[in-house]
Amino acid sequence: MNARYSLIALAVVAMTVSACTPKVTPETSPDPMVNPDSIAASAARERAAAAERARIEAENRTRMEREAAERAAREAAARAEAERAAALTAARNAFTTVIFFGYDQSDLTAESRAVLDAKLPLLRANSNVRIRIGGHTDERGSDAYNVALGQRRAAAAKRYLVDQGIAEGRIDVVSFGEERPAQAGMDEMAWSKNRRDEFEIIVGGETLRLP
Amino acid sequence: MSRFQFLVRAVAACGMLLFATTATAQDGVRVGLTYSAGTRPGVYILPMRGTYADSVRAILGRDLDFGDRVSVVMADSGTAPTGALNYPLYAQLGAAAVIQLAEQAGGGVSVVLHEVGTSRVLQRRSFLLDGAANSPEWRMSLHAMSDEIERWITGTAGIAATRVLFVRTGTLWTVDSDGANARPVPGVGNGSFPAWHPTGRMIAYTQFADDGSQIVVRDLAAGTARRVSFAAGTNFTPTFSPDGRTLVFSSGLDGTDLWAVSLNGGEGPRRITVGRGSESASPSFSPDGRRVAYTSGRLGRAEIYITDVDGVNPEWLTTTGFGDQSYRSDPSWSPDGRTVAFQTQIEGRFQVATINLRDRSVKQHTIEGINEQPSWSPDSRHLVFTSNRSGARQLWVLDTESGRLRPLTQGALARQGTWSPRLAVPR
Repeated sequence: MNARYSLIALAVVAMTVSACTPKVTPETSPDPMVNPDSIAASAARERAAAAERARIEAENRTRMEREAAERAAREAAARAEAERAAALTAARNAFTTVIFFGYDQSDLTAESRAVLDAKLPLLRANSNVRIRIGGHTDERGSDAYNVALGQRRAAAAKRYLVDQGIAEGRIDVVSFGEERPAQAGMDEMAWSKNRRDEFEIIVGGETLRLP
Repeated sequence: MSRFQFLVRAVAACGMLLFATTATAQDGVRVGLTYSAGTRPGVYILPMRGTYADSVRAILGRDLDFGDRVSVVMADSGTAPTGALNYPLYAQLGAAAVIQLAEQAGGGVSVVLHEVGTSRVLQRRSFLLDGAANSPEWRMSLHAMSDEIERWITGTAGIAATRVLFVRTGTLWTVDSDGANARPVPGVGNGSFPAWHPTGRMIAYTQFADDGSQIVVRDLAAGTARRVSFAAGTNFTPTFSPDGRTLVFSSGLDGTDLWAVSLNGGEGPRRITVGRGSESASPSFSPDGRRVAYTSGRLGRAEIYITDVDGVNPEWLTTTGFGDQSYRSDPSWSPDGRTVAFQTQIEGRFQVATINLRDRSVKQHTIEGINEQPSWSPDSRHLVFTSNRSGARQLWVLDTESGRLRPLTQGALARQGTWSPRLAVPR
């Protein structure tokens, strides 16, 4: 770029010189003829070009900085969203974690109460949410009496949540007796998995707020 | 059980005796006799002519056999005798009665019942059969004929013209009392705890859904169904009152109680039991409709109680020191009002037992495997129940007098059998 401007400047000088030669008789000055105005213009042009260069560079720098900032913001937002989603999933998982019971029992164990406690934050943060507790039994016992037993198991979990301040009207309880086993099998391994309460969000599950 | 099969190879002389009155008696004809030892009167079913004769004789013979009140002796081949019977011969074969059958034009059967001891005809009548030969309707009308013949002989009508309603993986099924004609009730999904209306034309059951269970009454002929439970949550084990006007079932949110609803409008839901958070389930009416037997957990374990239908005078029935003292449930009040059948845990396994309501004596009827959910037949003598004794959950029929057992259903996963009232009368 500098080389090009120099050539243009030289050419201008040469043309000016050759144009003046036939008319002006050299008298006193042997020095080449230089137009001070053209030197000034050249300098101005160079300054302008430099300014332009600086402006463009600054612009580029600003843009890159802005883009980097935007990218960082996006990444942070995505990270936050992922964290929020993970937290929501964790909260949902905590909410849907089943509790188990002993044979022919509907008493909550200490472990069950801890599992129920872990459901409270989500319920408290989402007062619009309604849930359903489904009580289940293993295949032993009377089919009919097992429906009653499942009902008692669901009611036991509801009573605990209500005692912790969750509004009674937000919790439905149903029993499936032994009709919907979680695990097939005719041994204690299967039976122990089937004596349970399941938890389900029936209203407000799409718009959950994090605790 | 002492059940013997004798194959009597009739010698020529005997053959001559047997078919003395017929022109076609053959030498060396083989007569297969099925003979059950005991005090039950022997009933000899003679050969019969006709296009559906084999089916008629086979079904009648099986019906009388399954009734457990007579000892069926069936000639499995030979010629239908005509004219006067050789009564002494049948006396010699142990027969107290002889049944003579003939096909009638128009699809009927004429029946002559001979009393061997008095050498005379005791009863004679024609029976109309419905539908095409071997169709479910045809078989049912034949069962009604069998029940009438059993009444002629024993004074008590048989129970062949009945069905058992049961559950197999959420589908309700019916099967004829002889194990034939098993078929699903159309339109029922996720059904459980079925019950017959006293007319046999309607059933009630529990329908499970994600949001709980409801009581549905279904008209079997029309295929229509309506929900009769009133509350959300858990409603189960319906039973009809003997007059068919009221349905009683278990319902509740914290604990379950028995509720009664009128089926013809009228009064609203009425609570029968006050369990205060405990369970009440599996109601079964006394035949006079005044009392209800049911399972309750008010003592902290399942026991059977009886209450007046208005909720007054609840009384603990299974107080006797019998079984494990831990779990007695699923009562079925016998149609004669004298006995309640139930399941009781003995050494950790359910067994079928009955309790005599007069002296509270308890009788255990099963030992092998797990046996549960007894339901009385209309004769107050047979019970259908669920057993895993064959390795699969199936329905079995028990004669509580003799202890005789027979499997009712084919295939696995059958449960909650409930015996219908008599579904057909002879025509």
